[in-house]
Amino acid sequence: MEPPQLGLIEQSFNSRYSNWAREALDELPDNFTITDPCISGHPIVFASRGFLKMSGYSRDQVIGRNGRMFQGPNTCRRSVMEIREAIREERGVEISLLNYRKDGTPFWMLFRMTPVFGKDEGRVIHFVAVQVPILRRRQRRRNGEGLCDEILSNSCRREVCSSSSVELAGVSAADSDCRALEIEEKCEASDTEKQLAATAISNVLSVLTHYSESTGRLVCEKRFGPSLVSSSLHISLGRIKQSFVLVDPHLPDIPIVYASDAFLRMAGYARNEVLGQNYRFLTGVDTDHSALHQIKQSIQAQQACSVRILHYRKDKSSFWNLLHISPVRNATGKIAYFVGVQIEEGSVDRHGLSPEMRQLSVVGSIKVAVRSSSMSSSSKSS
Amino acid sequence: MMLRIKRVPTVVSNYQKDEGEDAARRGGGCGRNCLQKCCIPGAKLPLYTFKRVEEIPGDKCVLEHDDNQAPVAFLDSLLLGQWEDRMQRGLFRYDVTACETKVIPGRCGFMAQLNEGRHLKKRPTEFRVDKVLQPFDGNKFNFTKVGQEEVLFQFDASEDGEVQFFPDAPVDADSSPSVVAINVSPIEYGHVLLIPRILECLPQRIDRESFLLALYMAIEAGNPYFRLGYNSLGAFATINHLHFQAYYLAVPFPIEKAPTRKVTTLGDGVKISELFDYPVRGLVFEGGNTLQDLSNAVSDACIFLQDNNIPHNVLIADCGKRIFLLPQCYAEKQALGEVSSELLDTQVNPAVWEISGHMVLKRKKDYEEASEENAWRLLAEVSLSEERFEEVKALIFEACSYTLSEKEDEHLTQGAGDDKPPPLEGTGSINKGRNCNMVSGTQECLVLQ
Repeated sequence: MEPPQLGLIEQSFNSRYSNWAREALDELPDNFTITDPCISGHPIVFASRGFLKMSGYSRDQVIGRNGRMFQGPNTCRRSVMEIREAIREERGVEISLLNYRKDGTPFWMLFRMTPVFGKDEGRVIHFVAVQVPILRRRQRRRNGEGLCDEILSNSCRREVCSSSSVELAGVSAADSDCRALEIEEKCEASDTEKQLAATAISNVLSVLTHYSESTGRLVCEKRFGPSLVSSSLHISLGRIKQSFVLVDPHLPDIPIVYASDAFLRMAGYARNEVLGQNYRFLTGVDTDHSALHQIKQSIQAQQACSVRILHYRKDKSSFWNLLHISPVRNATGKIAYFVGVQIEEGSVDRHGLSPEMRQLSVVGSIKVAVRSSSMSSSSKSS
Repeated sequence: MMLRIKRVPTVVSNYQKDEGEDAARRGGGCGRNCLQKCCIPGAKLPLYTFKRVEEIPGDKCVLEHDDNQAPVAFLDSLLLGQWEDRMQRGLFRYDVTACETKVIPGRCGFMAQLNEGRHLKKRPTEFRVDKVLQPFDGNKFNFTKVGQEEVLFQFDASEDGEVQFFPDAPVDADSSPSVVAINVSPIEYGHVLLIPRILECLPQRIDRESFLLALYMAIEAGNPYFRLGYNSLGAFATINHLHFQAYYLAVPFPIEKAPTRKVTTLGDGVKISELFDYPVRGLVFEGGNTLQDLSNAVSDACIFLQDNNIPHNVLIADCGKRIFLLPQCYAEKQALGEVSSELLDTQVNPAVWEISGHMVLKRKKDYEEASEENAWRLLAEVSLSEERFEEVKALIFEACSYTLSEKEDEHLTQGAGDDKPPPLEGTGSINKGRNCNMVSGTQECLVLQ
């Protein structure tokens, strides 16, 4: 996978924080990265000196890449899932994780990640991830026979070389190599290491908050302002790259409550110019009223429909929009939104899927996202 | 003694009538655009071909780790688009997104769905539950009888090693395509069936090649919220025609969150762990030097279980990176009258999804009263006892390591560069021969431990 354009990545950092931010971050002794979930591939946009030293990579090798590049064959999949869920739900997480250095050696570290919110947008703009190496002697097990060697630096091993079940399975030969086992068991961080991680996070956040003041695009640790859709839904929808909007039929005049980046690019508007508007704001002098009527009817009848409609961008230029509208239900089984998927007439799909099929696949992704995210959020509120 | 349970069979196809009706209609000829000899000539279906890979690709999983913005993988879009299309064409028996669903409060995060319509309209049928392997019976419903409109696409390995999509590919009866079809009684959005080499009419029985195909589908979809499942006969499969199931649910499953304890690593790098602090005892397979290694380890374990008449369920999770294997004994207990009427009244059939923590409930009362405790109590009944599980586990390891060393022997002796896995019969009969004596006494009846 090729890294996304470096321009976007520089911008992700520079448009938020003033010039001195990098310098201030570089003075911190901690190992941390800053990632941008809004850029495709959720790349690293900043890596601290300490982090690079610990991982053995140069800055160029890390910037633009996804954090998974540090995982390896023995990284616990369950822990990776926990991090994935935390990102999806836009919350912090602290977990012991096995990462790999550039030279391929694994090491245990305490991974602590926290979201950074844009004060005005009310959404996550960055994640800060601090990594504290876990330095600890392995505890001996009760059945401490056949223990592996003493620890290598930075690793934590609690596994025995052989166990009765292994012998029983007749594969003990495969397992007799201590090195294969030294990293198997999950390694818990000490309170000191947890404290270190907490302090590091707060150091980084205070630098970021401070240096965002002068750009006028403030960041903060807590979400401000009501988001029109729940944060977990926001994150799921953010993965869907096509042009679409969600409208809420339960609010007066059925306003747009979510607009994808592709939609904003297509229509030429900024997000805040679109949210809260009725969908008809895209129409203009030559738009056929029967198409508008059809849309209205399909919403009233709670049914899907496809129309070809003339729409106008912010710069007044017009385009033929192949619009598909479909009701979307949440976990209670009730209609929560209508989705409108737009495809500009004449655009081609590289896989050869028809425009109709592309629209339907977006509808499918959105149905899954809305249903699933409302399932978990209802559980949280209870 | 023959063990049977009565249950309402799930209607997976609109062409799945009660057996009597079906037989009566068949006399009158077809004309329903099915997948049998009568309708295949000239038939065209979309075809998705995937690239065979050696290793489990680390970057394939588009929602992997913290990567939440990657473009939607193509198989994922194709499947979702086709499924939504069938939904708008009204092929499903109900709109599953109109069924209420929730995460049950508690630390496990069991999920419940109220689905009052799924099991209506069918009479309870008797199912034999004491034989994991049963011969294919062409007179019963099978997937060659579904209408072509229920098939979403053909899914096969590409010949030139590239992912390709053909919107209108002829169905080649000679090459026996594998297909993905809708389940007209979905339990979640995107519920489909993967039917390996559909025209070969294979019974519900794992072989290495078919399991690898299922694993490829998980990898190709590249979405950790799209999981594949398998139920053996005796573990709540209702159709004896080889199939895997899959659907979307963008919530972690309790089984995926359950802690695991590493048990062993096979010589080819496949790591086997054991679930703990989870109501159903089971194994987790991951890693392996190549994708085939992982696939073969799980297949061999399943082959061992089926050859030894041990019902089981399999969940392929995390884009094919983690595979859960769960031997079970619920149906057998049920047949022997050992399950409490309270549990039976819920009519929950603990197949792979239920075991993974997703409960489909038929009664509003059960849905409203759903609690972690209730879910746990049901699943605890599904699990083998600790003693029995230890026994089965040891035999599974032996089966896996045995076929492994056998493979190595083969490498030493083979001259031709044939990469094809050994034929099913070979592996199966070897396991059978070896293991018969080992499980003697328990083979007949698992519950009597």
